[in-house]
Amino acid sequence: MVRFENVGLRYGMGAEILRDLSFVIAPQSFQFLTGPSGAGKTTLLRLILLALRPTRGLITLFGEDSATLDKSALMALRRKVGVVFQDFRLLDHLTTYQNVALPLRVLGKEEPSYRAEVLELLEWVGLGQRLHAHPQVLSGGEKQRAAIARALIMRPELLLADEPTGNVDPVMARRLLRLFQELHKSGTSVVIATHDLNLMDQFDGARRLVLGDGRLHIYD
Amino acid sequence: MVNFLARRPRNDEETQESFTDTPLVPAASVAGAALSVVIAIMTFLAALTASFALLLTQASHDWRGQVGAEMTIQIMPRPGRDLDADSRKVVEIIANFPALREARALSKAQSEDLLAPWLGAGLDLSQLPVPRLISVKRDDSKKLDEIGLRTALDAALPNANLDNHGAWMQRLSTMADVVVASALGVFALVLTAMGLAVGFATRGAMAGAKDIIQALHYVGAADSFIAGEFQRHFLRLGLRGGAIGGGAAAVLFFALGALSRHWTTSAGGEQAEAMFGAFTLGWGGLAAIAALSLGVAGLTGLTSRIIVHRSLRQLH
Repeated sequence: MVRFENVGLRYGMGAEILRDLSFVIAPQSFQFLTGPSGAGKTTLLRLILLALRPTRGLITLFGEDSATLDKSALMALRRKVGVVFQDFRLLDHLTTYQNVALPLRVLGKEEPSYRAEVLELLEWVGLGQRLHAHPQVLSGGEKQRAAIARALIMRPELLLADEPTGNVDPVMARRLLRLFQELHKSGTSVVIATHDLNLMDQFDGARRLVLGDGRLHIYD
Repeated sequence: MVNFLARRPRNDEETQESFTDTPLVPAASVAGAALSVVIAIMTFLAALTASFALLLTQASHDWRGQVGAEMTIQIMPRPGRDLDADSRKVVEIIANFPALREARALSKAQSEDLLAPWLGAGLDLSQLPVPRLISVKRDDSKKLDEIGLRTALDAALPNANLDNHGAWMQRLSTMADVVVASALGVFALVLTAMGLAVGFATRGAMAGAKDIIQALHYVGAADSFIAGEFQRHFLRLGLRGGAIGGGAAAVLFFALGALSRHWTTSAGGEQAEAMFGAFTLGWGGLAAIAALSLGVAGLTGLTSRIIVHRSLRQLH
């Protein structure tokens, strides 16, 4: 699904902040990406999303060499990837319902054709009562769930979540983790970037990708 | 995949809030309102400048037409000559030229009245050699044989002198050209200022749009879709501002036209009308204002599109 081979990244003429990254994210797998703050977790997620170009090495996404992709092919691949951003990136002037439906709307789909699906998903993430609320009045956990729902509405093959429990209490963190686990069971590969050890301990079967000093250590 | 149907959704009526009616770019914002105001003001100023330039162009055309449409024949007093008879002779000669449609001989009293502004009223001018003037109107649709006219006048009346207003026309044309060029220059400056002000104001209004652009990009929106959303939004803002500014300029001109019709009864009003013409825009003026309003709206939309594409290039 995702393959990194000797990938390195540097900004400008500076030293490499990520080096010699080689790993594979298999279909239907679940992994935590962890490491101290500033280790490069978000940067690595952006590399996986192909929002950043590596300065060396090879990245293959869904069997396609990232170096040879044109813009339209890149967009098509990205639609197979759901992303939950650390800062949610919900649009403040849209309701929860409208934010979650956004990926379908931008593809030109008619609202009646996806209404039931969006409502089901919102019920599933526990936001069935908050359809018409705007992000300004949602709690951190509700925003996080709305962001997760938006990432899932396109039924992605791969879900990338950047610190999805960073803004919620432990109870909500466990609830969100259960959401990800259910998603994983349904066949989606999940990568959760977090430095929350308690969260990782709650899912023993998960693979751990640990970033430190620009290198990646893998614990299966 | 997760079965989202595990629970039944709530009543669909609760979601009737129109989804598609909510624009992806927020419709109301302080920056958007400020941009509309900037566009309205700049369109108003540009429309006024353009309208004045058009008025002056039309007025200068009228000046030239009026002066060029007339000629003057001057009959100098000479010993032994009867100026009244000479005047009648000139009128007869003129009747032979189809390109001259009207000759009006000024009487002795009328000729002397012309000197009153310089010499004062109530003077006895009978002892002064006041020339007799004959005003001749040309028929623009026919070509005048001016050499033939001069020859006929010289042969019949050695004391007659034909003035085709050429020297005056030359000066008037130069002055009119300078006035029109100045008006166009001012219009060009205002147009440039408008373009820059609107461009920078659009950039300012787009400053908060980066988050929206990124969010739309990462949920899978195509670049053309995002650019189209912003272009439509800013085009609407531009059209609203342009309509307000252009409409205000048109209303002002109509009001000035109505006022000028009252002024023309006074001497000052006549001078103003002679200088600037009647404050009437006509279809050409209205079309120019409409074109300006549409142009500024187009510029606003285009600027937003360019900024969106520039932002998106940084994300690829």
